Amino acid sequence: MSVIEIKNLTKKFEVEGNTVIALEDINLSIEKGDIYGIIGMSGAGKSTLVRSINYLEKPNEGSVLIDGINLSELKEKELRKMRAQIGMIFQGFNLLEQRNVIGNVCFPLELAGTPKNEARARARDLLKLVKLEDKERSFPSQLSGGQKQRVAIARALATNPRILLCDEATSALDPQTTTSILDLLKEINESIGITIVVITHQMSVVTEICDKVAIIDRGKMVESGSVEEIFTAPKSDAARELISGKDIRYTPVKQLNTQKTIRIVFKDNSAYEPVLANAVLKLGRPINILKADTQNIGGKAVGEMILGLPNDDDPADEIITYLKESGLSVTEVVNNE
Amino acid sequence: MNEQVISMLAEGIKDTLYMTLGSVIIGYVIGLPMGIILYVTGKTGLRPNHYIYRVGDFICNIIRSIPFLILLILLIPFTRLIVGKSYGSTATIVPLVICAAPYIARVVEASLNEVDTGVIEAAKAMGATNLQIVLKVLLVEARTSLIAGFTITTGILLGYSAMSGTVGGGGLGDIAVRYGYYRWQTDIMIITVLLLIVIFQIIQMVGTRVATGLDRRKRKGN
Repeated sequence: MSVIEIKNLTKKFEVEGNTVIALEDINLSIEKGDIYGIIGMSGAGKSTLVRSINYLEKPNEGSVLIDGINLSELKEKELRKMRAQIGMIFQGFNLLEQRNVIGNVCFPLELAGTPKNEARARARDLLKLVKLEDKERSFPSQLSGGQKQRVAIARALATNPRILLCDEATSALDPQTTTSILDLLKEINESIGITIVVITHQMSVVTEICDKVAIIDRGKMVESGSVEEIFTAPKSDAARELISGKDIRYTPVKQLNTQKTIRIVFKDNSAYEPVLANAVLKLGRPINILKADTQNIGGKAVGEMILGLPNDDDPADEIITYLKESGLSVTEVVNNE
Repeated sequence: MNEQVISMLAEGIKDTLYMTLGSVIIGYVIGLPMGIILYVTGKTGLRPNHYIYRVGDFICNIIRSIPFLILLILLIPFTRLIVGKSYGSTATIVPLVICAAPYIARVVEASLNEVDTGVIEAAKAMGATNLQIVLKVLLVEARTSLIAGFTITTGILLGYSAMSGTVGGGGLGDIAVRYGYYRWQTDIMIITVLLLIVIFQIIQMVGTRVATGLDRRKRKGN
């Protein structure tokens, strides 16, 4: 049984008399221990989706099941109990500014009526886990963004939840801090087996920690599957856009007068062969490398390249066929001009 | 200055403080819950309720639109009903409270509105009840602003209590009117004004100190 199961979920908002459909017919199941990414451009509806998982937003249609329990069937009190078992962290950290670090971590335990001594002991353990044991008495205003998010993570874990929801949790942080927070999430996932749902607009966040991913575009789920699958062979335009970035207008494209751009992904053995060099030698045609990168996806090194091909169709097709035959995944990059 | 005047002024200070503090405390007993209700039932509140909000909003606006001096006279029958007489410092507390409560409700509502909605959302996500959110999140996070509001309200009530002196309310305002205005004793008038200034300064200073002392947001370092 899935930990989180979303069935035919639709959410509408009334904005000044107009109905806006924020989410339409979303189906999703997340298994225990997954780190599941939900990615989309801003305004795609992903924040609404994550808020449906703990029913901060109640869907108009469809259902959300946590461990098989349909949230719409719960009474207000039972729903609050359920929420306490789902931790959540936010882009803006949302710490209580007037409480110190340990006070913040103790807060959900206090709400649940845990005795103070017990709560403090648990909070200290968690602060050790997020490596902030020396900041116990500091106030949020004295902490950096990364430290604040660590406090928020400790706070979200205080009630021993089975699920952790992360709403753009690293979007307000610099790249190094982002990496350290993502590493921490991964570590927690591995050590306590908690299911993590990561909402983001950055593909790098997904490739860094997620096992599976769903792509949300304008309220609809356009693609889902393993990160490796979607990264190597994205099917939807939205996925392609998120992977390669919206604007691929590298200056060399114009200088070489190549308008056809493709994205190739190396994995497994193809990384050992000089495929590109072979293609150039064999076909006698220039290939321009516009971007090259290696990423760690689910523990595997995956190489990615954006190539500029000759303008005329025939040789370009030849090159594509050759690359495909060599076992590479090839997708055309949508030109936005 | 003879002893009689000094004891009269001492009595005046005592009455002024009695009226101001008495009305601010009773005013908060009524106004604080009212302000919380306005916030909770407001459009973006914890449990929006259009009707309750509109009623509270209407009452606040009506009372606040009546000038205090007129309210003071208008409420004479009501005051007599409650305290048995319509003059003296205890009687003055009645119109002061009626005047202050809706003002306090507004000040409280404004302070609560300043609390970051993200923090409230986080508390909801942790399974907090609305009561817990009010008591443990809103009132705590807004405390600096609430205390600032309390200080401003006290200052205003100090001024209003002096105003009530014109209709026999007692306190320093009463002395200022009786001796300074009707008897042309300018020296007594000036002394009462100076005393009011000193009292106001003390209230403001204590309020600001307490508010900044309790604020955990701006303390850097350690």
